Amino acid sequence: MHELSLAQSVLHIVEAVARRDGFARVNAVWLEIGALAPVDPGAMRFCFDAVTRDSIAHGARLEIIAIPGSAWCTGCAGSVPVVARYDACPDCGRYPLRIDGGTEMRVKELEVG
Amino acid sequence: MCTICGCASGGASIEGRALDARPASETTLMHARGQAPLAHGHAFDPTPARMIRIERDLLAHNAAHAADNRRWFAQRGIFALNLVSSPGSGKTTLLTRTIELLRGRLEVAVIEGDQHTSNDTQRIRATGAKAVQINTGKGCHLDAHMVGHALEQLAPARDTVVMIENVGNLVCPAAFDLGEAHKVVVLSVTEGEDKPLKYSDLFSAASLLLLNKIDLLPYLEFDVMRCIEAARRVNPAIGVLQVSAIRGEGMADWLAWIEAGSRTARASARAGAMPNTADSPTGFAAREA
Repeated sequence: MHELSLAQSVLHIVEAVARRDGFARVNAVWLEIGALAPVDPGAMRFCFDAVTRDSIAHGARLEIIAIPGSAWCTGCAGSVPVVARYDACPDCGRYPLRIDGGTEMRVKELEVG
Repeated sequence: MCTICGCASGGASIEGRALDARPASETTLMHARGQAPLAHGHAFDPTPARMIRIERDLLAHNAAHAADNRRWFAQRGIFALNLVSSPGSGKTTLLTRTIELLRGRLEVAVIEGDQHTSNDTQRIRATGAKAVQINTGKGCHLDAHMVGHALEQLAPARDTVVMIENVGNLVCPAAFDLGEAHKVVVLSVTEGEDKPLKYSDLFSAASLLLLNKIDLLPYLEFDVMRCIEAARRVNPAIGVLQVSAIRGEGMADWLAWIEAGSRTARASARAGAMPNTADSPTGFAAREA
């Protein structure tokens, strides 16, 4: 499951910032995960707990901020909310739409001590 | 830890040699099983908590390695493709036939990705082409770091084609750029027509859909147009070619597509005339997150 790879990336980022900023402990990690991003939040939590064991982020709280999916509809000349990549426009029914939001996978910020 | 670029990439091996002496992914999975969570309580701690803003993409590390690979390919006029599909789509047979048909026209070298065995690499080598096997172990996708190391061993010649046969998996490879020019998704007519909708991330990321095993269409109730519509719904710009790797139908168009891509890569390399700054992709500056 690739969430393991992604969780390792989170730890990698946290450890690099720790080396730069010199903190000893991570209390919480905020991730921004888009609704259309190829990651399952539940799997991410499981893998985060697994990879951070015995690390500087051991026991850290994982907070996942969900970013909703959105896409540009040429018919409506505006962004509309979407749940899946291939959704039709909820207003006019047109498809395909151009995804313009909700694919983020980011470490937003850390609470450190 | 990899001795070349200081990375840690647990569990994977290239040509039987571990990419990492400490398989981190196995260790962390073992910890996750059956152990009660440790109490997370802090005694009075005078260190005040503070917030650090990061705003860093989870895939930044992989993207950096992918950019190295892409630059390495560009300098050498190499046209690189990332072949993705579910297991059993006929990728390896398609590859062996492609290599045979391009003999004398274009040289192809292959990076093979599977969890275990070197069976596919041996099939490729039997055609006379160079191939290197990456075994991901517990991993479900190739990443750019593994490919960078594999390229050192493969040492493809300038002005050739590199095909990367990804692990058979329609989910995970979608997120991982390997530095390729294009992702090519192989779907066989023995699968479902609605696969592009079910696995939309991967089909969105691909430039070309190769619909394989079309020689079997008379025996199936597979609706080709519905499948192509599904692919175009998820990715309006996706190209579609219908082929039979075994019988040869449609292969001429596929070969022409490869040759066109290779011509572009070679012309760009000549026009760019970039100096070689490293012998291998991983010779670029070691990465930090």
